[in-house]
Amino acid sequence: MAAAVELAGISKRFGAVRANRSVSLTIAHGSIHGIVGENGAGKTTLMNILYGYYRPDSGEIRIDGRRAALRGPQDAIALGVGMVHQHFTLADAFTVLENVVLGAEGGFALRRGLTRARRALERLARDRGLAIDPDAIAGDLSVGPRQRVEIAKALYRGARILILDEPTAVLTPGEAEELFGILRALRREGRAIVLITHKLREILALTDRVTVMRGGRAVATLNTAETDRGRLAELAIGRAAPAPAARRAAAAGAVVLEVARLEARDRSGAPRVRGASLAVRAGEIVGIAGVAGNGQSELLEAIAGSLPAQGGEVRLKGAALPLDGRAASARARREAGLAHLPEDSLRAGSIGDFDASENTILGYHRDPRYGRGPWLSRRAALAAARRAMARFDVRPALPRLRMAHFSGGNRQKLVVGRELGRAPDVLLAGQPTRGMDVGAAAFIHRQLADMRDRGGAILLVSVELDEILALSDRVLAMYNGAIVYEAARAEADARALGAAMAGAAGGGTRA
Amino acid sequence: MSADGAPARAPAWVGWGLVPLVNVAFALAIAGAVVAAVGEDPLAALVLLARGAAGYPEAICYTLYYATNFVFTGLAVAVAFHCGQFNIGGEGQAYLGGLGAGLAALAFGHWPAPAAIALAIGAAMLFGAAWAFVPGWLRARRGSHIVIVTIMFNFLAAALMTWLMVDILIAPGQQAAESRTFARGAWMPFMHDALAAVGVGIGRSSLNMSVLLAPVCLAAFWALIWRTRQGYEIRAVGRGEAAAVYAGISPGRAIVAAMAISGALAGLVGVNEILGVHHRLLLGFTAGYGFVGIAVALMGRNHPIGILFAALLFGALYQGGTELAFDMPGVGRDMVVVLQGLVILFSGALEHMFRPRLEALFARRAGGGGEDRERGAWR
Repeated sequence: MAAAVELAGISKRFGAVRANRSVSLTIAHGSIHGIVGENGAGKTTLMNILYGYYRPDSGEIRIDGRRAALRGPQDAIALGVGMVHQHFTLADAFTVLENVVLGAEGGFALRRGLTRARRALERLARDRGLAIDPDAIAGDLSVGPRQRVEIAKALYRGARILILDEPTAVLTPGEAEELFGILRALRREGRAIVLITHKLREILALTDRVTVMRGGRAVATLNTAETDRGRLAELAIGRAAPAPAARRAAAAGAVVLEVARLEARDRSGAPRVRGASLAVRAGEIVGIAGVAGNGQSELLEAIAGSLPAQGGEVRLKGAALPLDGRAASARARREAGLAHLPEDSLRAGSIGDFDASENTILGYHRDPRYGRGPWLSRRAALAAARRAMARFDVRPALPRLRMAHFSGGNRQKLVVGRELGRAPDVLLAGQPTRGMDVGAAAFIHRQLADMRDRGGAILLVSVELDEILALSDRVLAMYNGAIVYEAARAEADARALGAAMAGAAGGGTRA
Repeated sequence: MSADGAPARAPAWVGWGLVPLVNVAFALAIAGAVVAAVGEDPLAALVLLARGAAGYPEAICYTLYYATNFVFTGLAVAVAFHCGQFNIGGEGQAYLGGLGAGLAALAFGHWPAPAAIALAIGAAMLFGAAWAFVPGWLRARRGSHIVIVTIMFNFLAAALMTWLMVDILIAPGQQAAESRTFARGAWMPFMHDALAAVGVGIGRSSLNMSVLLAPVCLAAFWALIWRTRQGYEIRAVGRGEAAAVYAGISPGRAIVAAMAISGALAGLVGVNEILGVHHRLLLGFTAGYGFVGIAVALMGRNHPIGILFAALLFGALYQGGTELAFDMPGVGRDMVVVLQGLVILFSGALEHMFRPRLEALFARRAGGGGEDRERGAWR
């Protein structure tokens, strides 16, 4: 039997950058094939070529042994290729069912397509554990179910080759396990699955074969059973893996950030933060664990001032911050020494149409160092961008390049560089390493640890329990808008923490 | 994206030079077919159009006079667009701008010329800004739709002006709904008079000193949008509202500011028309300039250099078209409107018909790299 996918000598250039250089790989039916590599190694580009988004400059794609000339994703879909993107593409106002049929409505009368899709969803739930409520509004779903909808969409279109780009980046450990169960079920049916990820643990747990990419080339394809973590990391980075951030006994000082009984609603008016209280000391990292959608994002935004708080108190260095009016704005708080890495750094932390230098001054564009009076100094912004790019290893280091042309990891590094660049008193860090590779994540972790060691206070939100436990001096858990667990890291009990994150009701959905 | 760099891009001149040229060429070709269909010679019509627009000194003056209006309205649309707002109320804002200029001129026309004119220009900008401020404020505070509200304000402006001209400002003992002629101090000097004063003789035309405001506005627009903190905030709200909120920018404030600036620019049409040409208040002097401004901004890609060229093109079409209608009896005034409509259609609505293909064609040819081409032509 011919292989499900054969890529032969695929090359793709973007201007000066060679994203893929003569990449060849073969993916068998009924297998899970992992692709690992650092940010910018060319993984996503390669898969976008297989999905018909880009046309390769040279090379050949064969699907089921037949040469495929893909003019766009429609051609790839017709040949049975499906893709679940890193950033979901659901219509928020539609129900799950409507999203599944979107673009595959099947004729003029919508009702017939909807009925067929409803039956298909029931089958998916029964046979593969892919349970989703077909009548839920997509915008109300938390990340795990949203991703299941994306998978269901691809399967409904007849995908026999399923590409998943960083599928677990936003999932809790429990949700990730569920996803793996689904993927194993799909493998048993003979489907070919391509898994792009930074997480070597997942590669080892799930895949049959793994291709390591570095600098646009496929440097090795190995049988997963015959390799190990260290070997993969070395291949991906091209040298031995970096040491994790050094931990130092915390010498926590005075309370810098104090939040009391904070109440906040999200933009649709639903209460998300319900009486949350916490304190962060100088020289301390406080981590908030929790399932995505339990109010952590809104808590950070309310503290940062980009979301109005309805009640409670925020004190910075002992002084109460105003909760409304112009003085409560994110700008005023930033000037007071409160930096913020937003959780959704692609959408909220940077502007794709702005160039890197303009993004380097976002939120600080009123700062006197970037111009006099009403004027903005282009030269100062470019210089700041060059500094941040050098210090935080942003690639390519082109301050005039539009942000949309940077990879997600490099965008995030620039945002981190901007926020850490002025030695803030307090850093609110939301998912600071989401979607980043091992090397870049370790780099960010070191930066956070450095800031802590210099006496900075950090409030860290992450859905990765590993990250929370690796970095934090104190661990909190958030459930349904309130802090429900608190322990020093040494005393934090993973089991109790997991139970607290799940709440009484079992968690997983937004409150 | 896992790619380290930018996708291959076509050279910048393709985007701002070749694509508009191809669009205009297609519009001319189709208009030519229509001219042929009514039994006239399309080539002769084209020659007449070109001669009428730029064939002799007075024609050029008229082209510049029309282009002045289009620079103002094109910039007005562009500044709102940079903030993500589609201001199609330029017509009404221009109308109110004229009212402001006229009221100031009626009141202070007896003052010395520079002071009276400066006051009237200020009033035109203020009235235009106020007329755009209200829709901007409604959008920012109440979430009203900017397109709906600005278009309604065009009707309100027309109704207000009709009432004022017919019932209040009309000159006593006169049939036409026009005010009395302003005192001399508030006349923006005609170009032929100004040049005659320094010994240069050109024929009479409507071109007046207001044309000098156009380059000032183009430069000020560029500086505002790309070199000031306010412009940065306007663009941030237009390009990424979530990120703007995160950055502590108030989207409402930025929208209101952009709309007010937009209205002030549109109001300058009143200076060119009322102070520069008519020297009295009257009805209907905006003549669609506000709407054409949308096409000018689209075609000029919201950048001052693009807007300058687009404004000159539409100025030439207005002026050349008038002469064409005069010289070629089979081609009436309506044919000129058809031609303008086609240019708007191709450069506005069908903007993306040729662009992707042309850019792909040149992107493939252009080897080599990254940053320079990435800058584009707009910085």
